[in-house]
Formats: sequence, structure tokens, C-alpha cells
Amino acid sequence: MPAVTMKVNGVSRSAEVEGRTLLVDFLREKLALTGTHVGCDTSQCGACVVHVNGQSVKSCTCLAVDADGAEVTTIEGLANGADLHPMQEAFREHHGLQCGFCTPGMVMSAIDLVNNNPDPGEADVRQWLDGNFCRCTGYHNIVKSVLAGASAMGGGS
Amino acid sequence: MDDFQYHAPSSVDGVLSALRGADDGKVLAGGMSLLPVMKLAMAAPSDLVSLRNVPGLSDIEDHGHCLKIGACCTHAQVAASSVVRERIPALAAMAGRIGDPQVRNRGTIGGSVAHNDPAADYPAACVGLGATIITDRRKISSDDFFGAMFETPLEEDELVTAVCFPIPDRAAYAKFENPASKYAVAGVMVAEDSDGVRVAVTGAGAGVFRVAEMEAALADDFSADAVAGIGVSSDGLLSDNVAGAEYRAHLVTVMAKRAVEACG
Ligand SMILES: Cc1cc2nc3c(=O)[nH]c(=O)nc-3n(C[C@H](O)[C@H](O)[C@H](O)COP(=O)(O)OP(=O)(O)OC[C@H]3O[C@@H](n4cnc5c(N)ncnc54)[C@H](O)[C@@H]3O)c2cc1C
Ligand code: FES
Ligand code: FES
Repeated sequence: MPAVTMKVNGVSRSAEVEGRTLLVDFLREKLALTGTHVGCDTSQCGACVVHVNGQSVKSCTCLAVDADGAEVTTIEGLANGADLHPMQEAFREHHGLQCGFCTPGMVMSAIDLVNNNPDPGEADVRQWLDGNFCRCTGYHNIVKSVLAGASAMGGGS
Repeated sequence: MDDFQYHAPSSVDGVLSALRGADDGKVLAGGMSLLPVMKLAMAAPSDLVSLRNVPGLSDIEDHGHCLKIGACCTHAQVAASSVVRERIPALAAMAGRIGDPQVRNRGTIGGSVAHNDPAADYPAACVGLGATIITDRRKISSDDFFGAMFETPLEEDELVTAVCFPIPDRAAYAKFENPASKYAVAGVMVAEDSDGVRVAVTGAGAGVFRVAEMEAALADDFSADAVAGIGVSSDGLLSDNVAGAEYRAHLVTVMAKRAVEACG
């Protein structure tokens, strides 16, 4: 079996995986980082979004072996101890979640938006979240949260 | 998903020999089409040959009369490229509307043309702009490259290395998208250069096609009115739960009008 090594949330992690092991399964099953979710089998819902080398990607549609040597950040890597990341705090403050299933992917995607566009407008946020589905909120408070999170981040993480 | 042998060679030659040594080897680029198909057990290659370690496939070069875009350029890279935005803004805009940001961060132009999904955007951009597909062994014009759905003249062990787009005088792409996937229900690329006008349609049929009647009308009078009265036959167009064949035929004319208007 191929061995992979990647830096996950700042810590170097190695494991043997099958070629077919998806990055999301490596994170959830090998590393017990279950904050990254799987909500579909068609690569459409975005519950699995993590950052690979600073870019948001769907970890359900990426082989673990293809991420060998990469730096990966998951939702678990955002907070600083008890201090939430400003984007997480904005989701809490503005009720940007109900059941919370989509939330890790939403937050990871939103941070990538702000890294690309430090001062997004509402239309930018709605368009950017094309790949993140929420079955609960109707998106309104998610958009509010992302806008608030973007200004709290003050132009990138 | 069935398991497979994974290879990540660091040269084009390494990719070709890994493909030749496999029973049923496939190239893996962004994985945004291949992995979903494998997850649904609609493909089960014996070997995957990743392009991630092959250098030189992600460059965008301005050759004066054309732009050469490396096969591994992601949709996000093409959308954000200052050269593409300046020289062929319609192409950058098209790439920026493929799927969603995460699809654009991984999906590549080479994978998109090699896959030739009947609802994908690049086939219309390539045929509309008169692009040439460059492989490790030959150059293929877009008109010859894109066959019926998922079909191309690529050999089992052939690698797309780049796509060359001639610079048009004006061009625009209009797409009516599936609201969930963003794939084209009907997408039309209109482009004009010194050789004339090209109109290429994706999403509506079993593969990208040109509309000769619209091209002739626009060569005469480049205006939305010139195509407003030209319809395509719904015979052979796709019909699914999103849109029937007749609605798709209607959308082709509407998208063609919008693309012409957007050309300015
Ligand atoms: C949710 C979702 C939405 C999408 N929406 C759209 C959309 O709106 N419009 C659109 O056009 N597309 C869309 N796509 C598809 C996306 O653009 C893919 O990225 C693209 O079609 C394939 O590129 P890839 O690099 O991911 O290729 P892969 O999935 O890695 O490969 C696809 C096929 O091409 C072959 N291949 C890859 N690279 C090469 C090469 N250089 N030479 C020879 N063969 C090669 C592979 O062997 C495979 O058969 C969407 C995908 C998803 C998951
Ligand atoms: S789990 Fe749905 S896109 Fe990854
Ligand atoms: S909060 Fe339940 S899916 Fe988004």
C-alpha cells in the first residue's frame, strides 16, 4: 500500500493508504478528524470542503495519495484553543447554522473566499457558495455570517 | 470504488509508459469528472496515472496570434489569468462559471476536453474559438476532436498537453445552467475573427455542434436580430428531467442572441 505524509492542521501525519482512499476518508478514519463531513456521492454538496495548500477543495473528490506532501487545513485547525476563528464566531453570532451538517464546509469555503476577495459583497458570497448546499437555513443567515466573518477577518486569514 | 495501482511519474514519457504498462490505465488530472464516475462504479480502471508531478503542463503562454494553455491549468487559473482576461475575456469568463469554486480549483482544461462531457463548457469554447488540441504526438483541430458524447480521437495512451486558442476579434459565451451542477443545459460560444463567425453549442445535443445557418447570418449582419429567427431542430437534442429537447432547441436561439449581444 502507498504511504502518504501530509501536514494536517500544522502537524505532520503519515499513514499507509490504498490508492482509492479518498482524502476525506483519510481525515475521518485514519486521523479521526470527523469535523469534515460527507453529504453526497456526486461531488456537489460541499460538506467535505477542506483547504489543500491554501485552496478550498472537495476532499470527497481527491485521492489521499494525490495530497501526499500537501498542507491540509480542516475545520478542526481553525480555532486557537477556546478562541474561535472569526469566521466560526460569525456563524455562531449570526445563527448561520441549524443542524450544522453543512457548516464545516461552509466555513472552510467562506475563508477561501475572503482569502481571494477580502471585501466580498452579498452577490459575491452567494455565487461563491454555489458548491455548498444547506438543507436547513435557506442561506440567508449563512450569507450574513460570511459577510460579518469577512469584515472580522479584516482582509484574509 | 475498486482499488487500482496509483502512479505519479514526473515526466510526460513516464506518464506514457505507465499507461502502456497498464491493462486499463487512465490519466488522473483534477479528478473532478473521473473520480465521481469511479465512485458511482461507472468506471474501474486498473491503474491511475496522476499528472501532479509532471512539470510544465500548467503554463499559459501568449504567442501573439494565439494563447497556449497547458493541459493542467485549472479552471480557476484560466479565470484569474491576466493574459487570458486581456486577450480572450470570453474564455476567462467561461472558465469562471464552470461548476463551483472547488471544482474550478481542481478541474483542468486537459481533463475537460479529454472527457468531452456533452454538457461541459470547454468543448463549446474550443469549437467556437477554433482551438487546436495539442497532444504528446500531434495537433488536432477542435472540429475533428470533439465527437459524440465522451468520444474523442485520443488513443488509450495519448496525453493532451495543451490547447491553443486563436485570438478572436470579438467573442462571448452565454449559458443556461443547471442550477445544481452548473453544467450547461444549453451554452453557446459566438466568436468572430478574420476567417468569419463561429457559433458552437454545448449542453443541448449529444456533443458540441456548430450552427452553420447562424454563422452565415452573423457574417452578413452581426446582430442579435440576425439570429433571433433562426432555430435549431429538436431532433436528436437531449431530453432529461431538467429540460426537454424542444425547450433546449429554444434555449439555443436565446443563448445565441445573448452571446451576440455580449460581444458588443
Ligand atoms: C459538481 C461539479 C460541477 C461541474 N460543473 C461543470 C460545469 O458547469 N461545466 C463544465 O464544463 N464542467 C463541469 N464539471 C466538470 C469539471 O469541469 C471537470 O474538472 C472537468 O470536466 C474534468 O477535468 P479534470 O481535470 O477534473 O479531469 P479528470 O476527472 O481527472 O479526468 C477526466 C477524463 O479525462 C482524462 N484526462 C484528464 N487529463 C487528461 C490529459 N491531459 N490528457 C488525456 N486525458 C486526460 C482522464 O483520464 C479522464 O478520462 C463539474 C464537475 C463537478 C464535480
Ligand atoms: S461530500 Fe458532497 S461534495 Fe464532497
Ligand atoms: S444547517 Fe443543516 S444543512 Fe445547513
